[in-house]
Amino acid sequence: MTTAAVQIAGLSKVFNRGKPNAVSALVDIDLTIAPGEFVSLIGPSGCGKSTLLRLIANLTEPTTGTVTVNGKPARQARLDQDYGMAFQQAGLFEWRTVAKNIELPLELRGWDKTRRRQQALAMLDLVKLREFADHNPWELSGGMQQRVAIARALAFEPGLLLMDEPFGALDEMTREHMQGELNRIRSVMGTTVVFVTHSIPEAVFLSDRVVVMSPRPGRATAIVVVELGPRTYDTREAVEFFKKITEVREALRGNEFGERGRPAEEI
Amino acid sequence: MTVGGTKAGARLRRALMFVASLVLVASAWELYKLVGPEHGGRVLGARILPRTENSSMPHVWDMLARFRRPEVRGSSRTVGAAVAAGAWYTMRLALAGFALGCVIGLVLAIVMVRFRLAAAALLPYVVLSQTVPLIALAPQVVSWSQHLTLLGAKWQPWMSVSTIAAYLAFFPVAVGALRGLQSPDENAVELMDSYAASWRQTLWKVRFPAAISHLIPALKLAGVASVVGAIVAEISTGRRGGIGRLILEYSREATSDPAKVFTAVIAAAVIGLVMTGLVVAFDVSLSRHRPREAAL
Amino acid sequence: MSRQRRVLLVVAPLVFGVAFLSAWELFVVVQHVKPFILPKPSAIWHQIVSNRSLIVEAARVSGANALVGLVAGTAIGLVGAFVASRFRPVQELLSPLAVAVNAVPIIVLVSVFNNMFATTSSIPRRLMVTIVVFFVVFVNVTKGLTNTDQTQLELMSSYAASDWTILRKVRLPNALPFFFTALKVASSLSVITAFVAEYFGGRQNGLGYKITSSFTSSKQAQGWAYVAAACALGLVFYLAAATAERVAIPWETKKSS
Repeated sequence: MTTAAVQIAGLSKVFNRGKPNAVSALVDIDLTIAPGEFVSLIGPSGCGKSTLLRLIANLTEPTTGTVTVNGKPARQARLDQDYGMAFQQAGLFEWRTVAKNIELPLELRGWDKTRRRQQALAMLDLVKLREFADHNPWELSGGMQQRVAIARALAFEPGLLLMDEPFGALDEMTREHMQGELNRIRSVMGTTVVFVTHSIPEAVFLSDRVVVMSPRPGRATAIVVVELGPRTYDTREAVEFFKKITEVREALRGNEFGERGRPAEEI
Repeated sequence: MTVGGTKAGARLRRALMFVASLVLVASAWELYKLVGPEHGGRVLGARILPRTENSSMPHVWDMLARFRRPEVRGSSRTVGAAVAAGAWYTMRLALAGFALGCVIGLVLAIVMVRFRLAAAALLPYVVLSQTVPLIALAPQVVSWSQHLTLLGAKWQPWMSVSTIAAYLAFFPVAVGALRGLQSPDENAVELMDSYAASWRQTLWKVRFPAAISHLIPALKLAGVASVVGAIVAEISTGRRGGIGRLILEYSREATSDPAKVFTAVIAAAVIGLVMTGLVVAFDVSLSRHRPREAAL
Repeated sequence: MSRQRRVLLVVAPLVFGVAFLSAWELFVVVQHVKPFILPKPSAIWHQIVSNRSLIVEAARVSGANALVGLVAGTAIGLVGAFVASRFRPVQELLSPLAVAVNAVPIIVLVSVFNNMFATTSSIPRRLMVTIVVFFVVFVNVTKGLTNTDQTQLELMSSYAASDWTILRKVRLPNALPFFFTALKVASSLSVITAFVAEYFGGRQNGLGYKITSSFTSSKQAQGWAYVAAACALGLVFYLAAATAERVAIPWETKKSS
């Protein structure tokens, strides 16, 4: 396939444009994401990474520049339902069972009852929560709810998955486990993923490439290519893993100090 | 974040919308008068449309004009003065009832927070108390009171009215205070425990401040409830001097003098607004010590 | 909720109630309280039994007034809430009015209504109940419809869902708990409003009138019998609303136990 999954050119976003409290969130972003790639967006708070994700999702419009998803304008991609999205809050509907939550996007697409149920159960198998199919969301832990949210995002097997710090509210151990799960699912389904995070190890573990962003106004200042091969439990102990983490960290620090001149003293 | 300018702007907008909605109601009234059936009408066979003739539905401007004219033919007192006096009388009774109701409500709430058993036993009755139309028992309360002496002084008839007002007021206060006193989260209470603070200290330093924000809307409801209680108690005990009596009297004269009853109704509404205003003033006076609400 | 706690919540008030009634009975007997001051619970019971057909008739009248007003007010309140959640200007106009209605003793309007309709009409009272119920339902349901979780709305936006779909699948279910809160308040409020409305003149056939006339003719025990009927009526309405809530939104009630 030669069509890029996501193509961003000359993108910028200004909030409250023309008003005294205008904020420049993103400036001059150019990015191309190949199909099947896992790309993380990392940067300090307020650097615009979530905004960038929302621009790809067409939940907001750019000020300048273009966003193309699967060769179409972002808006068309959203109307055609080309992607699934997961947020920091699971956002499950408490009046629906777990399975019915996953069926939501399928209902909206007009799938019939049997097919929906089958797919929901298949997705639950994928996230290993099959036995909770008919439970209520509040009976599940935070991590489990996020897994359901991810299953929902994958429900109609989109080619693209957009994730906005989905593991942010989880504890470290659950987080690592979820990263492993996401990796496994991704290799099974071959989905392209754009993943926002502010955890360096998470970005390195999951991604093929890590896009490092500067503080506001956000620019993509560096792209770290991570070639760690298939991820396993040992990956997190590998020397190469730590080297990549350092590389990303330096890139982030470079942003921090680049504009201010010389770096601060080492502690 | 709500900065001074925008917050005042929002308040102004709300006030304007309020005036606009009053104008809307008045316009709807006049519009119906214009197009509605003069002798009332039927919709789907049921007689539910009111009569639009002037003796049933006076014009809005007639209602307002009535304030300035004499109360009774030949009298020197204007309707405005009469209803103002009546309103003042009722408001004082309502205030007394409101104060008493607040005290009872607060005490009940504190007891229910302290003793879970009491809460379990009492809460259903607290809720049930509002289904007992004590207003209907007003004459009974009066007959009881004839045998009561309060601190050596004889029970005044007006106290019955205030008692009933208090009865209606205590419920919102009790419920609001209960919710408010229980609202602080576990962490705050545990912190006090770690200081070996007594239950009373925790009450003062943690529960009460947390309860304020739940109490304010409850106090507004209680304020209005006490006004309603006072007015209806006046009517059912036949108490003279208050706005309740005036409403009843004027409504009996409605066929000959239709606008008069509206003046009393408006005065009653004003009492309610004043009570609400008092609670708002109280709230504002406390706000100096509370953090500014940040807009999300 | 533990079994122990559940038992406590039922038993404690019952015990309290029985204790209270017994103490009342004893007090009247021991202190030789005259019946026109405070009748015994047993005398009240006797009155309830001997007057039961009259009591039921009066309760039926008041109950009908309350029910008509409750249904009408709820229906109009729901429509109003839908419109207001969709069109901001409507909400901005009606909300201050709702605040104002809550701030004034609106019940006095019954005297105005009595003048606008025929003297034998039940409309004034039913209209009053309708108005009171309308505002309760309107304020709460509007809040529920507009108070939706941001993440859920963004999710629906990512599905390119229409406003109508979002209303059906997200806003409505979210608003249900708010609706039932309103319904519970409105149910008991409708009964009380129906009684109190009887004070302002009009037809003399409901419980409110019966209570007053019993007391003014010194038939205390009979008056209390009607009062008991009034309580029962209010309780029935409230329980009906609470049951409707349990049936319609089982997830809400299960969550809190």
